[in-house]
Amino acid sequence: MKAVPLLGHASLEEIFAWRTDGPVSVRQFLADAMALAECLPDGTHQLNVCQDRYRFTVGLAAGLLRRKLSLQPASQSAETLRQVQAACPDVYCLCDGEFDTLDLPRLDYPSELAARPEAVNGIPAIPADFAAVQLFTSGSTGAPVAHSKTWGRLVLNGRAEAERLGLLRRGHSIVGTVPAQHSYGFESTVLLALHGNSPFWSGKPFFPLDIIAALNAVPAPRLLVTTPFHLGALLASGLELPAIDQLLSATAPLSAQLAAEAENRCRAPLYEIYGSTESGQLASRQTTAGQEWTLLSGVQLEQQGEDTIACGGHVEGRVPLSDIIEILDAQRFLLHGRHADLVNIAGKRTSLAYLNHQIAAIPGVLDAAFFLPDEESPDGITRLCAFVVAPELNSRRLQAELRQRIDPIFLPRPLVFMDKLPRNTTGKLPRNQLQQLYAEKVSHVGR
Amino acid sequence: MSQTPTPEIVEALLPEVAELIVTALNLDVAPAEIEADAPLFGDGLGLDSIDVLEIALVISKRYGFQLKSDNEDNIRIFSSLRALTAHIASQRTK
Repeated sequence: MKAVPLLGHASLEEIFAWRTDGPVSVRQFLADAMALAECLPDGTHQLNVCQDRYRFTVGLAAGLLRRKLSLQPASQSAETLRQVQAACPDVYCLCDGEFDTLDLPRLDYPSELAARPEAVNGIPAIPADFAAVQLFTSGSTGAPVAHSKTWGRLVLNGRAEAERLGLLRRGHSIVGTVPAQHSYGFESTVLLALHGNSPFWSGKPFFPLDIIAALNAVPAPRLLVTTPFHLGALLASGLELPAIDQLLSATAPLSAQLAAEAENRCRAPLYEIYGSTESGQLASRQTTAGQEWTLLSGVQLEQQGEDTIACGGHVEGRVPLSDIIEILDAQRFLLHGRHADLVNIAGKRTSLAYLNHQIAAIPGVLDAAFFLPDEESPDGITRLCAFVVAPELNSRRLQAELRQRIDPIFLPRPLVFMDKLPRNTTGKLPRNQLQQLYAEKVSHVGR
Repeated sequence: MSQTPTPEIVEALLPEVAELIVTALNLDVAPAEIEADAPLFGDGLGLDSIDVLEIALVISKRYGFQLKSDNEDNIRIFSSLRALTAHIASQRTK
């Protein structure tokens, strides 16, 4: 059986990551992973909620060494934890801070690992077809849908991105503002550190001052892996930025205007990544150079009726994409928005069907419908609205119930109580009806 | 640069900060309805991390200082309207 190394480094003495107390070598990383592997419980499913990027990756590597499947759901809500536990009864949770794990077995990342760097004598290999990671999307029926990634394809994924960004020739220090668990952050920080010749900063800076401090803590050349939202806040702060060599953005559309301002202020090219949790990342573009996306090495798109299918390269199987795509040639395409039911707020994705299912499942809710108003500007955050019939519940109570079930970013703002919803004779609630309702009940307040 | 503000100074600043939050986030509540000691996240106002960045931006513009999360203070600062207001009162440069 074909096996692929855990890391792509040529030497154990190369720098794998940067932490507050300095660089961590590949040797030290492997020693930490081996020591943590000894501590892992017997369960075969690992829910790794470590906040620190280095500890997350040590957990991932330790899990790989023990052949555990890393579960990386889109949210860490109580409802998600319960669903994960129902689907994988032997799951345990690896944590590095305060986190309510409900009744899941829990392993706290040890403050002192019994690591023996001197005993590390090489880079271990993992079977290429081992299902290493499961990412999740919210399905339309209320239960999350799992997408398994084999170790071999994950490595191809990291290498394809590194090749596109020129990191294999010249490694960069990566500072990421996105979590290590979710697909974009996982690929563009964790996989790039393992197989893209580019050590990451272990923190996840949030405020503009934090991002600047993190950039200053690592040597040039530097790659900032971020989102339109964090980038917008960083530029709006007006603070002076350290030298950045490349900017990477994903999860939500970025306006050409913000991209141009970012390139101007950072004097660095800004690339956007296009992909999905199901397919992994597929393409990139330099936003200021034009609208066209160029596929990563090995990846292909095929048109099948209304659907566009991604396949080849690191893509697992044939993955229908949820965006409306115009294929230009074998390498290039244009993106024309997403299919109607999908919601993407600040990079978090779900579907209206999923949200409607969750709100309807709350005791006391007789009828309900989520509505996503038209976006006001490409770089702003548009919030969801929900119309609900629940005579026995008040807003605070209902929001508290929803918070148990869905990511906070999807909480309706506002939540509008109604006597009944204007469903048509077939029980449907067309978007134009909701649009009208929204205009009547909501849009006169606020903005 | 930081000094401990008196409770009276914090109390007097509360309505202004409440107004700032409601306007910045386009919230569906009146500023006076925000309870000074209720949590801003979770069961209180239900804010999320996107909101925190928005609030940080308007605070930096209005009060002339930047928030940072290099210590545990961050959790305390955003624990309630009163805590946030006290932090602003102690850090503001304008």
